[in-house]
Amino acid sequence: MDTKTKETLINNSDQVVEIWLDTMRKLKEDIYPEASMDLFEQTNREFINIIFSNINGEFSNDVFEDFSERVINLGWPLGYITDGLNAFRRVSIDFIIVQAESIDAAYNTEIARQVDEWSTPIIRHLVNSYSGSWENIVSLQRMALQELSAPLIPVIDRITIMPLIGTIDTDRAKLIMENLLEGVIRHNAEVVLIDITGVPVVDTMVAHHIIQAADAVRLIGSTCILVGIRPEIAQTIVNLGIDLGKFITKSSLKKGFKTALQMTDREILDYETEKQSIEEIIDSIDKE
Amino acid sequence: MTSQSCVSIRKELDIVGARQLGRDITKEVGFGLVDQARVTTAISELARNIYLYADEGEICCEALDYTNKKGIRITASDQGKGIEDVAKVMQDGYSTSGGLGAGLPGVKRLMDEFDLQTEVGKGSVISAVKWLR
Repeated sequence: MDTKTKETLINNSDQVVEIWLDTMRKLKEDIYPEASMDLFEQTNREFINIIFSNINGEFSNDVFEDFSERVINLGWPLGYITDGLNAFRRVSIDFIIVQAESIDAAYNTEIARQVDEWSTPIIRHLVNSYSGSWENIVSLQRMALQELSAPLIPVIDRITIMPLIGTIDTDRAKLIMENLLEGVIRHNAEVVLIDITGVPVVDTMVAHHIIQAADAVRLIGSTCILVGIRPEIAQTIVNLGIDLGKFITKSSLKKGFKTALQMTDREILDYETEKQSIEEIIDSIDKE
Repeated sequence: MTSQSCVSIRKELDIVGARQLGRDITKEVGFGLVDQARVTTAISELARNIYLYADEGEICCEALDYTNKKGIRITASDQGKGIEDVAKVMQDGYSTSGGLGAGLPGVKRLMDEFDLQTEVGKGSVISAVKWLR
């Protein structure tokens, strides 16, 4: 009996496909109005081919994965896959019952049960590979985010910079602290500039983490300079009543770097003016 | 005429979502850069309080548009354990989590109006308004 219903479906696949495509077209207007008609049609055909090759017994995990990845890349929701398969189930049951010209309720329920039986594994596989692909994307992005998390850049002997970009949460704060302390020791830094130009919001927690990091840096014998405090951030910090008086702060990395040079007994000199001033000195000596 | 949008706070990342919502609405209302930063910071504090102390709650933002003034209202509500000593949490430097203890008094200073309703064992509702000047 099982093979017979399958056969009915396979032998009349052209008709079933047409009915299914029609059902999907109706769904499109309600659910996916922004998808282009051609693309929708093409994806649907690919979808129904997968369903039919599966019914024929040509099962392949790769095909499922390729297809769900395509759906993800198109930006369509998981609902597309479940909608499509539910529509297929309905269409096939209707079709077989009409073909058999049956009015026997028991037979009809049996058909429904059978169609369910072979369409459920397809749904499970497609949903699993869809969500699996998503999880993969999310974990890759998390890794990418962690990679750009908190680099410590040695710019010049004894001075290093740590630019912070993006939101600071508990995990990142921990990473920042570790990288900072480890880097300060590795690069033998006397001054560390923490640049918060790219931090969108400085609330009490972010400030707290920065203060802790700066304290820890002080404990290992180096100095922290907080740079890149935008005017609006400065005002919110004052409103919040956060005391950053314990360490040096500058508006820009440029100013902070200058201060850092001074602290390590160095300064930037313009070569031309330097030469000029020496000439002036020589001139004045000559005159005497 | 007002419109309200809400973000539920369950994990730390939701704080970013709440902040983004606030930033979008402050921009829409026409706040300047400094007030935008104030409102987003206030939302950040309130959302973090929910995450830290109540586990779960909701941040709602509402654009206020009256004939003579415009503004934004932030409402943070949770069904957490409530606040036992309100006077104490409004004090600078008081914290039960080892933080800076500037959160709630800070929010009060960042915003123009501030209201705190809490019941021990039932939860808290904090609502704060910033007016456009």
